[in-house]
Amino acid sequence: GKAVVGLASRKHQRTSGPVEVTVRDALNQAMDEELERDERVFLMGEEVAQYDGAYKVSRGLWKKYGDKRIIDTPISEMGFAGIAVGAAMAGLRPICEFMTFNFSMQAIDQVINSAAKTYYMSAGLQPVPIVFRGPNGASAGVAAQHSQCFAAWYAHCPGLKVVSPWNSEDAKGLLKSAIRDDNPVVFLENELMYGVPFEMSEDSQSKDFTIPIGKAKIERQGNHVTLVSHSRFVGHCLDAAAVLAKEGIECEVINLRTIRPMDVESIETSVMKTNHLVTVEGGWPQFGVGAEICARVMEGSAFNFLDAPVTRVTGVDIPMPYAKILEDHSLPQVKDIIFSVKKTLNV
Amino acid sequence: MLTSITNVLRACVQKNGAAVVMSARTYADFTSQATFEIKKCDLHKLEEGPATQVVMTRDEGLQYYRVMQTMRRMELKADQLYKQKIIRGFCHLYDGQEACAVGIEASINLTDHLITAYRAHGYTYTRGGTVKEIMAELTGRRGGIAKGKGGSMHMYCKHFYGGNGIVGAQVPLGAGVALACKYQGNNELCVCLYGDGAANQGQIFETYNMAALWKLPVIFICENNRYGMGTSVERAAASTDYYKRGEFIPGLRVDGMDVLCVREAARFAADHCRSGKGPILMELQTYRYHGHSMSDPGVSYRTREEIQEVRSKSDPISMLKDRLLSNNMASVEELKEIDVEVRKEIEDAAQYATTDPEPPLEELCNHIFSNNPPLEPAH
Repeated sequence: GKAVVGLASRKHQRTSGPVEVTVRDALNQAMDEELERDERVFLMGEEVAQYDGAYKVSRGLWKKYGDKRIIDTPISEMGFAGIAVGAAMAGLRPICEFMTFNFSMQAIDQVINSAAKTYYMSAGLQPVPIVFRGPNGASAGVAAQHSQCFAAWYAHCPGLKVVSPWNSEDAKGLLKSAIRDDNPVVFLENELMYGVPFEMSEDSQSKDFTIPIGKAKIERQGNHVTLVSHSRFVGHCLDAAAVLAKEGIECEVINLRTIRPMDVESIETSVMKTNHLVTVEGGWPQFGVGAEICARVMEGSAFNFLDAPVTRVTGVDIPMPYAKILEDHSLPQVKDIIFSVKKTLNV
Repeated sequence: MLTSITNVLRACVQKNGAAVVMSARTYADFTSQATFEIKKCDLHKLEEGPATQVVMTRDEGLQYYRVMQTMRRMELKADQLYKQKIIRGFCHLYDGQEACAVGIEASINLTDHLITAYRAHGYTYTRGGTVKEIMAELTGRRGGIAKGKGGSMHMYCKHFYGGNGIVGAQVPLGAGVALACKYQGNNELCVCLYGDGAANQGQIFETYNMAALWKLPVIFICENNRYGMGTSVERAAASTDYYKRGEFIPGLRVDGMDVLCVREAARFAADHCRSGKGPILMELQTYRYHGHSMSDPGVSYRTREEIQEVRSKSDPISMLKDRLLSNNMASVEELKEIDVEVRKEIEDAAQYATTDPEPPLEELCNHIFSNNPPLEPAH
């Protein structure tokens, strides 16, 4: 799923027209703009300041905003996540970075019990305006302990919003929304997407550009089958759709953008048109995002429009292996999506 | 001269049992303030500690008495209601530890911040919650401080962050509140409490490190009541010098049964924080009369004799009462009057807490998100 088009007006980038921006830079811009807009916003995490971010997502921010707003933490996830939540309770708007979401497991109690549940337990007295962000899911060759997808884990919990951007516009617009949201937001990035450039529209370059949390986007219209995905695999779906189009199969590709609250309505509307549904995700199959989509579609109005059961394309139900050939076969590939579409359509 | 007259009068009453003579007494007969010698604190990484000669005024004494008595009666009423099954689930009572909450609040401002664990009813009161809304929260009614949605362990009010159920989790939260104080430059601080059981949690040590590194204005307070649930401190900790466990953080060990000791030490700690020196740690040696919670009789891991000994020799309310009476700062009748008023307040609150209706079902799915419309429940 790489994009896109060459630029007509590279010389005139600042004044008008779309520009190519990597996901990394889009995230950086989002944070920069929100730090500038609201004094209460600050970033904390390992290596976010003087190292410019483990993956350089926060490049330049420490230089611009200093020690007060960009804070390097010791390696103490449970401690600093708790500190971030406490700061949010007392009126600040922290962005708490986990170097990868694998490390968030050490802090997960603070995310769930201190952040997610507090507004409810206090019957509205105590909001927690915090963003937990960082790379989620598989990278390349980092093996089992560093490759887990946490979308399903966090999306299980009421009180959290869980966002999973795909491209640069998603990254920027959704991160800005997440920071402006008065609630705890888990923002799942993808390391392999950081360096990928995408065209960003002129509108999306505005400092007030936000994308609403909880709304999916139709990336590609189609009539024969609905493909629903999030994050990196949206690109895989678009690639599969391009191949299938040559055979006359038109896929509608939905980019979820938000896992919780999930935009089930968009999925249902699409399924009522195409009558076929394939879900694609990097996470494990059991109790995953695709499993939830199946349940919701079955429970709702779109069920009667299905001409075949829903197919889930997911990561293989194993800890991530290291050897390249094994790793490649542990995650959905374009050919797996094509295969699943054809099976669902019985062609 | 006045003192000797009132002593004679008191002696008369004791002999005759008559109230007549007492009605002639006016408040001008009382000592307006007195100096008290209090226990010296053990110090860790500190050159000097809190004062050992402290002044308490009559007004302060009466106020501390009233607040401690209110907390005591409130907890005992909660015990009753729990046994009647009107309070359910977890109920961790604070009776015996009143001097801690009262002494701390006496040394800070309401604009400062405080967070504690689940033995929180007393702190909810000292931080500004009313007995009525605390009890109604325990009974799960709509008039509860969290509208019945939180329960015993999840009560909140301004600058009071609960009430936290996960042991130790409140400590990083408290440091985070302190970070916000420093960030906003408002000269406020955060008092962050935990027990002797929680003191062995890893996240507390992570917090000590960051608080010291960043000089956060946080007072860490370990309420050491000698038992983490059913496990005595000797069985849980390689070092029971909880005031030293912060290592590079200066520490004080304080007699937590003496409200003046607690107050003085907390004042000392607050000065330390507000002067920009960073965190400080206080261990309050205290005791709980009840078991860990209402499902723990509290006598399988400690003896009734031990409990009785603390009650008779170190009860914080009795100690304060003795001080007030023996220094002629209050009369027995006056204190009795306070007791009667407190009893009434508790009775009224209990009445409210048992008759107020439960929250409406429409509230079930509210308060998931702030500034969002209510969500439809997933069917």
